[in-house]
Amino acid sequence: MIRLRGVERMFQVGSETVHALRAINLQLDAGEYAAIMGPSGSGKSTLLNILGLLDRPDRGTYWLDEVDTTNLSEEQRADLRRHKIGFVFQSFHLVPRLTAAENVELPLVLAGMAPQRRKPRVEQALEHVKLTDRAHHRPDQLSGGQRQRVAIARATIMRPTLLLADEPTGNLDHHSGNDVIETLEALNLEGITLVIVTHDPEISRRARRRLQMVDGTIVDD
Amino acid sequence: MKVKDTLQFSIRALSGFGGRTWLMLLAMAIGVGSVVVLTALGDGARRYVINEFAQLGTHLLVVLPGRSETTGGHPPIMGETPRDLTLDDALALRRSPFIKQVAPIIVGSAPVSSRQREREVNILGTTAELYGIRHLEMSQGKFLPPGDPQRGSAVTVLGAKLKSELFGNRRALGRWVRIGERRFRVIGVLTAKGQSLGTDISDLAIIPVATAQSLFNRASLFRILVQARSRESIPRAKQAVLDIIRERHDGEDDITVITQDAVLATFDGIFRALTMAATGIATISLVVAGILIMNVMLVAVSQRTTEIGLLKALGAPQKQILRLFLLESALLSVAGAACGIAIAFAGVWALDRAFPDFPLQIPPWSLGAAVAVALATGLLFGVLPARRAARMDPVQALNSVGG
Ligand SMILES: Nc1ncnc2c1ncn2[C@@H]1O[C@H](COP(=O)(O)OP(=O)(O)OP(=O)(O)O)[C@@H](O)[C@H]1O
Ligand SMILES: [Mg+2]
Repeated sequence: MIRLRGVERMFQVGSETVHALRAINLQLDAGEYAAIMGPSGSGKSTLLNILGLLDRPDRGTYWLDEVDTTNLSEEQRADLRRHKIGFVFQSFHLVPRLTAAENVELPLVLAGMAPQRRKPRVEQALEHVKLTDRAHHRPDQLSGGQRQRVAIARATIMRPTLLLADEPTGNLDHHSGNDVIETLEALNLEGITLVIVTHDPEISRRARRRLQMVDGTIVDD
Repeated sequence: MKVKDTLQFSIRALSGFGGRTWLMLLAMAIGVGSVVVLTALGDGARRYVINEFAQLGTHLLVVLPGRSETTGGHPPIMGETPRDLTLDDALALRRSPFIKQVAPIIVGSAPVSSRQREREVNILGTTAELYGIRHLEMSQGKFLPPGDPQRGSAVTVLGAKLKSELFGNRRALGRWVRIGERRFRVIGVLTAKGQSLGTDISDLAIIPVATAQSLFNRASLFRILVQARSRESIPRAKQAVLDIIRERHDGEDDITVITQDAVLATFDGIFRALTMAATGIATISLVVAGILIMNVMLVAVSQRTTEIGLLKALGAPQKQILRLFLLESALLSVAGAACGIAIAFAGVWALDRAFPDFPLQIPPWSLGAAVAVALATGLLFGVLPARRAARMDPVQALNSVGG
């Protein structure tokens, strides 16, 4: 479902050009479970942002479900993000003034779904991440692991086909990190394509596919 | 996104705002409040003056001896010695089909006495038609009787104040008073209608015009009041007056005709302009409020940078984010406007108590205009922050610290 060919991404820092990604070729099939490893600054997040259509490559082509995304308008890319892609971030990015349920509901609200249709879906999503009893808590009343599970529920409520997680356990202790990974893997078993960026070798060992990045290239697959 | 959801989202975002927001609301409230109060004051002043003029009578033309060079509203400054206006001139005006009534007026001053009491007051010599032209009202008796204006009888109508000065609470009707050297029978007393534009119509005595002529030993008229048939016939009535008098004065244009409507229109225009000017100046305070809105929203946008990044990651297009933040500034300004209208009503209520004679009322259009201007200000000054939010780079927004 994902095909990258010759993708490059450069950043201008002062007078220097930083090559964050160099000639990336990558193919991911639907339902795959991939872990991206690599030293800091090797371009893992940059690659994930391009996969998530948050960023555009400077060169090369990215096909998502056989659609060339490089020539799409901003609005079309937003639409693809809305319907096909879910994000999980290291720092959760929950909206602090909204409750857990409202955070999960947010993508449905943005998509303009009617309230009576939203409610059962939110309940179901919270149940999936075992947080039904925390539905009306605000993020500051939840633990780190619980927050990340709320974020996962939010990332999947639109039933995307691609779930991207950038160091989802980076801010968590070992135990709650494990909970989060198990939740993500359960979603993968249901068919979602899962890409995790991680520094934790233990996590990457669980993935069916391991990508090792160094200095903007994939050195090991 | 549904309208209700959008509103709810914005309102919840707003309720998380800090003290700066209250400052901004106050600024907007003061701006809107002053706009509304100033329009109420300006409009009140306008209506006050119009009302004063309207009391003089309707479709009124005033004929003055002497030619005025100014075409406007002032009585002429006597340069040349004009030919006098006579009673015959006045009666000749009745000929015109555009003229409904004519009241010649002679004004003089004489002592009026009854028994021991005496007062020096203005004496107005006129005819029965003045009653209708000037909208006078009787509290007792009758006004001057109709009849041949050339023949004066010894009757008088007293203003309310003069009556009470001379007679107190005693009955005045049918009694005799002395005006100058002559005796007059009191046939009526006017109501205490008070002052209209400087002439105190409650402190005078009205007598038939012919009697006044002989009392003051003077044939010339002070002025002639003419009532046109209708509003539309005022210009033609004016022309008729000019034509008839010219014909009688050997082809000389030696009178001035002031139409009340022209004076009214002038004052109306002046006060409208004043109101607009005052409103315009007050509107500047709305601009200040608008800049505060922009400040509040810029702070909100930078504080919520990661939230904006998240919304983009969740698939919100630029337009949607623009709308969300524009709505927040619009809501802010409308809340400020609502407070401002409350302030305005309180202010007008207080002013009304302090000056009960002044007809103070908030014109409904000013409320609508104030809210519209506030809303426009909010949207205008909200565009910049909202655009900044909408155009943020999602990756950078998500990675920004302090959100
Ligand atoms: N917006 C940017 N401007 C300039 N340089 C950038 C920008 N984003 C990334 N880079 C550079 O691109 C390179 C790759 O960054 P990236 O964030 O992808 O690394 P990473 O593998 O995710 O590292 P980490 O493990 O620390 O998260 C780095 O050298 C980084 O400095
Ligand atoms: Mg990274």
